[in-house]
Amino acid sequence: MTKDVESTVGDPIADPGLPEHQYRPQDVDAKFERRTERQIATMFGLATLLLLGFCVSYFAIDSDVRIFAFGDPSSGTAFGGWSAQNFALGGTLGGALLLIGVGIIQWAKKLMGDHEMIEMRHPVRSSDEDRASVMAEINAGVNESGIARRPLIRNSLLGAIGAMGLPAIVMLRDLGPLPHGHTNTVWKKGMRVVNDVSGTPIKPSDLKVGQLVNAEPAIFFETDEDGHPVMHGHEVAAAKAKAAVILVRMRPEDITPAKGRENWGVDGILCYSKICTHVGCPISLWEQQTHHLLCPCHQSTFDLADNGKVVFGPAYRPLPQLPLAVDSEGYLVAVSDFPDIVAPSYPELARDQKKLDEKFGGDA
Amino acid sequence: MSNNTFTRVEDSPTGKKLAGPVGWLDDRLGLAAAGKKNLRKVFPEHWSFMLGEVALWSFVVLLLTGVFLTLWFVPSMGLVEYQGSYKPLYGIEMSEAYASTLNISFDIRGGLLIRQIHHWGALLFVAAMMAHMLRVFFTGAYRKPREINWLIGVGLLSLGMVEGFTGYSLPDDLLSGTGLRFVDGMIRSIPLVGSYIEFFVFGGEFPGEAIVPRLYIAHVLLIPAILLGLVGAHMLLLVYHKHTQWPGPGRTNENVVGYPMLPVYMAKAGGFFFIVFGVLALFGAIIQINPVWVYGPYNPSEVTAGSQPDWYMGFSEGLVRLMPPLETTWFGWTFTWSVFLPAVGGLGLVFTSLALWPFIERWITGDEREHHLLERPRNAPVRTALGVAAMTMYGVGWAAGGNDIIALKFGLDIFAITWVLRIGFFVFPVIAFIVTKRICISLQRKDNETLSHGWETGVIDRSPAGGYAERHAPLPVEKAYALTSSREPLPELESERPKKADAKGVRNPKYRKQSLRHRLREFYYSGSVDQPSREEIEHANEHLVGADQHPIELGEDFQGISETGVPRVH
Ligand code: HEM
Ligand code: FES
Repeated sequence: MTKDVESTVGDPIADPGLPEHQYRPQDVDAKFERRTERQIATMFGLATLLLLGFCVSYFAIDSDVRIFAFGDPSSGTAFGGWSAQNFALGGTLGGALLLIGVGIIQWAKKLMGDHEMIEMRHPVRSSDEDRASVMAEINAGVNESGIARRPLIRNSLLGAIGAMGLPAIVMLRDLGPLPHGHTNTVWKKGMRVVNDVSGTPIKPSDLKVGQLVNAEPAIFFETDEDGHPVMHGHEVAAAKAKAAVILVRMRPEDITPAKGRENWGVDGILCYSKICTHVGCPISLWEQQTHHLLCPCHQSTFDLADNGKVVFGPAYRPLPQLPLAVDSEGYLVAVSDFPDIVAPSYPELARDQKKLDEKFGGDA
Repeated sequence: MSNNTFTRVEDSPTGKKLAGPVGWLDDRLGLAAAGKKNLRKVFPEHWSFMLGEVALWSFVVLLLTGVFLTLWFVPSMGLVEYQGSYKPLYGIEMSEAYASTLNISFDIRGGLLIRQIHHWGALLFVAAMMAHMLRVFFTGAYRKPREINWLIGVGLLSLGMVEGFTGYSLPDDLLSGTGLRFVDGMIRSIPLVGSYIEFFVFGGEFPGEAIVPRLYIAHVLLIPAILLGLVGAHMLLLVYHKHTQWPGPGRTNENVVGYPMLPVYMAKAGGFFFIVFGVLALFGAIIQINPVWVYGPYNPSEVTAGSQPDWYMGFSEGLVRLMPPLETTWFGWTFTWSVFLPAVGGLGLVFTSLALWPFIERWITGDEREHHLLERPRNAPVRTALGVAAMTMYGVGWAAGGNDIIALKFGLDIFAITWVLRIGFFVFPVIAFIVTKRICISLQRKDNETLSHGWETGVIDRSPAGGYAERHAPLPVEKAYALTSSREPLPELESERPKKADAKGVRNPKYRKQSLRHRLREFYYSGSVDQPSREEIEHANEHLVGADQHPIELGEDFQGISETGVPRVH
């Protein structure tokens, strides 16, 4: 449409043109000029010294020396505790870089020529002739190729190129196994609920009313006859991401179990999944008075006295509960695996849950 | 310094020294033609043009420090027993990634410094990109012919955030693992295929042992390579289009006024690299960041309270926190909207709107001209107001991302805060829009006022009758020009209203589209005022004379009063 870069339409005031050039002290006074020169050179000189200081600190400062801004480190009241080495290395490097940068910019601002220059702009668009000839060339190319006249070749080629995408996608297949849902965890009938740090089994009498204990399935701590752990490494991490639990003890009269859950607790001790049904953070913030368990990630809040119901926040599903019993030695054990799916939702959740319901339907 | 006697290049010392090498190169590359045009290319100056430079230089710092980190970082989730010099974790089983991060922090001299510079650089990189983008948005610098560079910028911002997140996940500490757990939940929430993507990305069930090596290659090769290409294209287009400039005397839409690339701009920009690097190095020296040894190795059954992602993820995090629970089952499939909508949809919406905006605006204004003069935010009230509304929405999301911290710090109830923010997410932006638009229009009116009635000198006249009046003086022409030269005239909206049918009763087939556009135009221009015409300004200036019928003389050194009412001095 437009031939030239246009000026803004209808400027009400004519362009007065560039203002007169202002000279700097350095332009007119040789004394000033020399002083500025010395200042800048001093900055570069100091930078060099700091960089030498960097090298000295690298070799001279032990990596475990700490520095404190004030206070006495032995009494634990001190402020600071920076690694002296980090502080010295960063300080010298940063200082040197800043001096170099400031020096160069001072040089540009105070000593280099500072006459503003004007450059004209040209419209980005090419001339009509150029456009016409480009169109002509494209046309000639397209015609000579015959791509428009030979749909058979064109379409079969497009098909073949498109099919090249298939190997590319198929090749990604081995990125991982096919999903198998999340219906199972390592919990099994009779597996002990143990302390998550020590692995010791827990008796009902170990918990006071109002207390919450982080627990895990005993299998994480079991060893085979050679003393090697039964599960290791990544197996444990993946299993933990679903099987970690908490035990809470409330007054039995405060608990309102849903139908079928009346005997899932032992003396007011209930066991819930520790993994938030929202996106899977381990839940840890327990409010004794309200029986609320709050997830630190997005504050979903579950009422543990009311079957793990969501009372606030973005989580949709209640916290799954693990039915509890005591074994012959009086320790807390699981009655079964979780009857509800633990961890964050996924597309096949509803179907997997149905399977679980069928499995547990009988005894619930 | 200034050398006024003219010497021919060939005779100058530099000319003699450089002629050989330059000739050698040009014989082989023939670059003189391009160099002639570009070596002394003019760049205009303004502080706001530095924001993009901060982003560029922090990216360079990230490349440099990142390469250093790769020399020691081991991208493996294989388990080892920690044997390094950080006592509290001695003998504990952890991934090699975490162990090597501890090694960098405690046993490689300067390693902690490089790690901290790298992390501070990442925070600054994204922050500078966002600030730069806001500058471009509010000044209309993305208008024709620069839309493509805007799109590249949107690509850079989104990839920069992904790059930051992949880096954050590498050390495999408790915080980064918690972040990955979130990503896992987010991937699962993708309708229909979520489980498949989850198993393919993590190489099986979360956490698996594949994710750190996979993220690593994305973090150190794939994404940086794309970023580098995009940054290059961004710079090339910038040089090709020539930088926009602020209106001012001598500065028009057809020229660019400033300092030449060689030497002034090169020195200033190059010097600025050292400043950005220097500031980051001092940060790395003094302010601890991401002390992974405090968090411990990742363990899916542990979490630290108040765990926070890096700041640029705060918005997504906040949306996820604000979203009420919502999950539906259709045809046996579970759709987890409460995760999918805010986590995947939220940022998707942000980046889509950013990418589309220049084209939407151009459709509304129908503006086909090239724009090289920046527009003052007040002169595009609806754009500015939309920008502030979007910032407000972002701010609410961001505050929600820290709702637990706000609750803790100010002793407030977290549920109350969440509800206020849930409602505020929709209400605050509307308020921000209305307020900003009104402010812009008032500022436009004030500009018109100064143009047609002069500026307030602060000099009070007392009339013989005893009344007081403030003298107004015509605005200096340079200032007036700066005010007027980039202001767009308003369209005649009334006359362009589309008709359902023409005079002969033939139905207008494009009526619906046209009338949508017309309504958007009415919205876009509503309330804006046109600036006074040339005649009005000249007429007004003639009348700006004192009570004695003489134009006001204010003396050489009188500079008037500043906007705050304080007399200006030299
Ligand atoms: C645009 C750029 C980049 C951003 C935003 C970025 C961001 C990050 C972040 C936030 C971390 C976590 C650091 C921490 O432990 O606190 C990280 C780690 C890391 N980055 Fe980058 N990075 C960028 C470019 C690069 C490049 C180009 C490389 C290498 C060529 C690199 C190599 C690494 C390595 C090896 C680590 C792990 C080391 C460690 O955590 O100590 N990064 N990055
Ligand atoms: S993971 Fe628990 S609320 Fe989000």
